[in-house]
Parts: sequence; structure tokens; C-alpha cells
Amino acid sequence: MTSTHRLSHLDQLESEAIYILREVAAQFERPALLFSGGKDSICLVHLALKAFRPGKFPFPLVHIDTGHNFDEALQFRDALAERIGEKLIVRYVQDSIDQGKAVEEKGKFPSRNAIQAVTLLDTIAEFKFDACIGGARRDEEKARAKERIFSVRDEFGSWDPKLQRPELWNIYNGKIHVGENVRVFPISNWTELDVWEYIRKEKIDLPSLYFSHQREIVWREELVFPVSKFISLDGTDKVETRTVRFRTVGDMTCTAAVESEANSVADIIREIQISRTTERGSRLDDKRSEAAMEERKKGGYF
Amino acid sequence: MDILRFITAGSVDDGKSTLIGRLLYDSKSIFQDQLEAIERAGQVNGQINLALLTDGLKAEREQGITIDIAYKYFSTPKRKFIIADAPGHVQYTRNMVTGASNSDLAIILIDARKGVIEQTFRHSYIVSLLRLPYVVVCVNKMDLVEFSEDVFLNIQKQYLEFAKDLNLKSIHFLPISALNGDNVVEPSNSMPWWKGKSLLHFLEEIEIHTEEESPAPRFPVQNVIRPQTTEYHDYRGYAGQIRSGHFTVGDSITVLPSGLTSKIKAIDTFDGPLTTAYAPMSVTIRLEDEIDVSRGDMLVVTGKEPVVSQDLEAHICWMDQKVMTPGSKYLLRQTTNAVKVSIRSLEYRVETSTHEKKEQPNLGLNEIGKVTIRTAKPVAYDPYSKIRGTGSFVLVDEGTNQTVAAGMLL
Repeated sequence: MTSTHRLSHLDQLESEAIYILREVAAQFERPALLFSGGKDSICLVHLALKAFRPGKFPFPLVHIDTGHNFDEALQFRDALAERIGEKLIVRYVQDSIDQGKAVEEKGKFPSRNAIQAVTLLDTIAEFKFDACIGGARRDEEKARAKERIFSVRDEFGSWDPKLQRPELWNIYNGKIHVGENVRVFPISNWTELDVWEYIRKEKIDLPSLYFSHQREIVWREELVFPVSKFISLDGTDKVETRTVRFRTVGDMTCTAAVESEANSVADIIREIQISRTTERGSRLDDKRSEAAMEERKKGGYF
Repeated sequence: MDILRFITAGSVDDGKSTLIGRLLYDSKSIFQDQLEAIERAGQVNGQINLALLTDGLKAEREQGITIDIAYKYFSTPKRKFIIADAPGHVQYTRNMVTGASNSDLAIILIDARKGVIEQTFRHSYIVSLLRLPYVVVCVNKMDLVEFSEDVFLNIQKQYLEFAKDLNLKSIHFLPISALNGDNVVEPSNSMPWWKGKSLLHFLEEIEIHTEEESPAPRFPVQNVIRPQTTEYHDYRGYAGQIRSGHFTVGDSITVLPSGLTSKIKAIDTFDGPLTTAYAPMSVTIRLEDEIDVSRGDMLVVTGKEPVVSQDLEAHICWMDQKVMTPGSKYLLRQTTNAVKVSIRSLEYRVETSTHEKKEQPNLGLNEIGKVTIRTAKPVAYDPYSKIRGTGSFVLVDEGTNQTVAAGMLL
């Protein structure tokens, strides 16, 4: 008998991600799921529920808190971990700075994005994590488009784009030497729109930041930046109140908002469908140079 | 909406990256900030350099070549597309095999000025070996041969002559200019003699037949889910992704390689139980009996068993600097199974551009050959030609942990 069923693209992507999560559970001793409270990692947690319930997650949720996160994202993070009854580990970039392991940037747009890698690598060493699951997608950025789903990092957390393992069919090779670790990206093949359509289909809750709200902002390099205690304002900055939302949620110092009236998932999907800029277009950290992301990844960043 | 995964293959400078850039650009899948970034990077012959959209690595932009696969995404109202943009250089053949292994269709680019060349043979051979159901041969740079129909027809004839010995099920030809956009998304005004569809239109319309429709149900077990909580005290579910066919509650099941049998008691998902599940769904299956089942085992419907053997024959593509010599031991990973193996013999190496079979003492980087393999314990599999999902494997060098070969079981 021939089956005529065909899964929709979202169901195919979901099944692939669940398969990848289960491979991590089977192939590694001490995996972790990197969880920031952003939409992509929230989807990962949802996919992990699908992969492992009624059992517990075979890994903790781990957040590298830069100290410049949005309160809304942190509250959401804690509430979600509590609701699903899974373990949450938080490590702080501030501790790395206090210990002298990481040095804060100077200048008008200081960012903790790069030094986040220091704390991440220390956390990996502390818990001897051999695999870190992340919510990165290949459509985000051109260096990410090159990355394997199982991406081996050396003992310095470094990515060598020229020496990646061939990744054939859906057979993932997670074999590593002691000290190395694998970054695993189950939603590599998803686009921003896929993520939002999945959020709509699965009725996944998100922090309020993603939806339209009023906020004090300043303009920086034609981008709308949230006013917070972490950005230094000078005489040239004019604070205004605008109706905005965030397409991507990282640090308050480098995540720009977009002016938007979209306050439901359906509105957001419509907005993204006609948008002429990428999600990463609102990240100042990626605008630093042509190879900003590639360089950060070579340094141990996601 | 469904997904079509395709690979673009061709020699260096045949314009693969430009074609992908053009597909994205003309289907309005490029964002303003990406466009500004490549505009800043300069122009080629008065046009923006669309190839820069796919060459994501610094070294690639510096050298103007593609080193590693980039995956690109776009969708039209009809379909989501995943493009594996694979390098053309001979030394990156393994990356092309990687890209092809996950694709339903291959676009093979030919430079209209050069015609069918060695790389065309090599890539077509790989596409045939990996059994991609569809090949679209795009004769590119038609603008440089005055959009000549004769040139196009000649190349088509030359290709078909070569391809008659290959296992390509369906071959289509298209004359295009990736640089100008002729027949890529929009039909060309410069080639009125061409009555066919544009490439994008073709990709949107083509029917994808996959092994989801195979009659042989295959379920490799990934994990055993045992919550051991009060509520789920006796719960014991086998988690995995269905590779082909479908499973229904009540089906008689044989566990391979052990041969133990039982019946399906339930098919669970986070969203509730199912009566029937089909490929490629990820589900959790529970059986009527408490039998020994663990990761690497395969559940199949009784009466539709695959081959179970310790002696395998396969085509392999060697992917490591260190040559493969018969007698060497590796770890074989097939579905969720990992088993130690020894290569017993190398029967021949294939000259990919002529299909010639040559006797050789060993297999080097990017070479393809036929081997016999002895496994430490029995392996359940189907020939790759029947089911890709259970007939494919990789070899891992246990010293370096590198993936050293891609294999297709016979």
C-alpha cells in the first residue's frame, strides 16, 4: 500500500529538529541547551518538550547572562523554566569581568557580545558540557549559512570553517576528543518566517518585547535604540517615545527596535512578509564589519 | 506548502553563485540591507555582484571562490526551497557529495561557451550515484553565445550521449543567463525559440516523489524514553523518526537485528496519540511486550523485513586526506546504529568522468570506489537504491573522529 501523506514544511522542519535533539541526547554525555529567553531558543525548548516528554530533558537550560539583558526576557526565562520543571543554570559575564578574564569594551557603543564567549567557554569547562544546543539559523547571516548542524569546536571553542566535517544525509557524527565540544543547531533550516509561523501554529508564548509597545528610544546610525541604564547618552542624543517592537532580542546595548504597530503573531507575520530588511539588520554587532559574525564564531561565540 | 531541497553543481566560474543570487534577487528574497552590503562591495561589469550573497566566508570573498557549502532559503507561495550551494573545485568534491546527500534535485550548470566538460561528468556521476531523482541541466551564459539555439541543442545532445549510461531518472534542459536573469525567474525575451518554463517556475511545479511513499516501513530507534515517575511508572517508549512507509497501532513488529517480535500498542506524540504515523514523522512507539529494544535497533513491519547481514557491499566516496587501505578498521554509522567494521576489499575505483572501473590498492581523497565490508555485528539495511534512509552510511576514523567516507549500500 502506498501512503499519500505529505508533511507540511513546518511539520517537516519540526520532525527534523526533534530528530536532531534526540541525536544529541543519544550521542553526548553532558549536553546543554543554551537558552536566552529569545524566540528561537523558546522554540527549541518547545521542540525539546516534543522530543522527550513524558520524560525529563536530558540536559539543563543554560543562560549566559551578559548583565545587559532586557528584564522582560529574564522574567520570561525564569517563568518558563519553572513552568516546565526543568533545570536552569545561569552564569554571568559580570563575573568574568570581575575576575579579570574579560575586559569590557570602551567607546560610545560598548557591547558585551564578544566577551560573552569568555563566560560561555568557562561555563562549558565548569560543567564539562560536550554539546551545546543553540537556536542559530542559517538564514540569519552569511557565515551562519556555512555552518553544519553538528559543528565541532576545538578546546578553545574555535570554529574552523575550512575544516568542517562533511555532514551526509541525516547521519550526524558527534564523536569528539576530550576538551572539544559540539555546537548543535536543530533549527538551522528554519527561516525567521518559519519560526513565526511555527509560533502561531503551536501557540507558543513569547516575552512582551516582541509585540508593539511604547518605549523611550534614541536614534543611532539610523537604528532605533532602547534607552536603558546601559547606554551612555550625550548632548547629541535626543530621547523620544515611539511605538516599537523587537525582531530579535539580544543585549539592550546592541539590539535595535523597529517601529511597528504589530501586536499579535498574525500581525508580525504580515509585517515580516513585506519587510525589506533582515532580522540581523537591527543588530549593531553584525554591522561592525563584513566578517563580524565569522570572526566572533572563530573566537568561540555561537 | 512543501519543501524542495536542491543542489547546484558545476565547475568554477560556471556561475553557480550568480545563479543563486539571481534566483533570490528576482524572486524578491533579498533584503535591502543585504543588497546594500553587496552594493558597497563593488560591481562587476556594471552589475551588482550577486555571487557575494552566497560566499559567506572571508576567504571565499577574498579568493572569489566557494570553499564550503552554503545553505540558502527562499520561498514562493507554492514552495519553500533549500539550496545547497556546493563548491565546484575538484578538491571540494566531498562537499558536493555532502550537499547532494540531502537534496531531491540537482541543478547542473554548464558554461555555454565551454560545453560539457570533465566537471560536468564528475558531478553528474555523483548525482547518479546518490540517486537524486531529478536533474536540471542549465546551460548558462547564453548571452555570451548570442543566445544561439544551436549551441544549446548541441550541448543537450552531448550531455544525453554521456548520460545514457547513468542512472538518472529524469533530465531537463534549460538555456539561461544567470547574469542577466534570462529564464531564471522571468522568461527570456532574448530566446524566443525557447518555449519551456523558467527555472523557478519549473522548480515550483515539479512533483517531488520521496521514499516517504515506500511500502517498507522502517523505524530506527534513537532513544528509549522511560520517565520512571509515579504517573508514568511503566512507560517505555521508543523514540525515533520514521524513515519510510507508515506504522499503525496493532501492526506486527519485528525488531532487528534481534528478530524479536511484538505488536504496536501505541504511537505517542507530545500533541497526543496517533493511530497511524508516516515518514518522516518523529514519534514515540510503544510495544505490547516487554522486549529488549535499544538505540540502533530497527522496528519494521513483520513480513517486510530488510536485509540483515555482517557482510556489506557498497559504493563509497572517500573524504579524508589519509588514504583508505583494505584491512583498515572504522566505525560505521548507519541510521542510529554504530558498529565497528573492517574494509575487506576494494573491488575497484571509478573514474568519474569516463565511468571506467580501475583496480587500485587504495582509495584517496575525493575518489569513489566499490568495497566489501565486514561488520562486528549484524546490520539491518536496505539497498540504497530502494531506501536512501536505511541504505546510506558514513565511516568514522576512531583515531581522529573525522567522517572519512560516505557510503551507499548495494
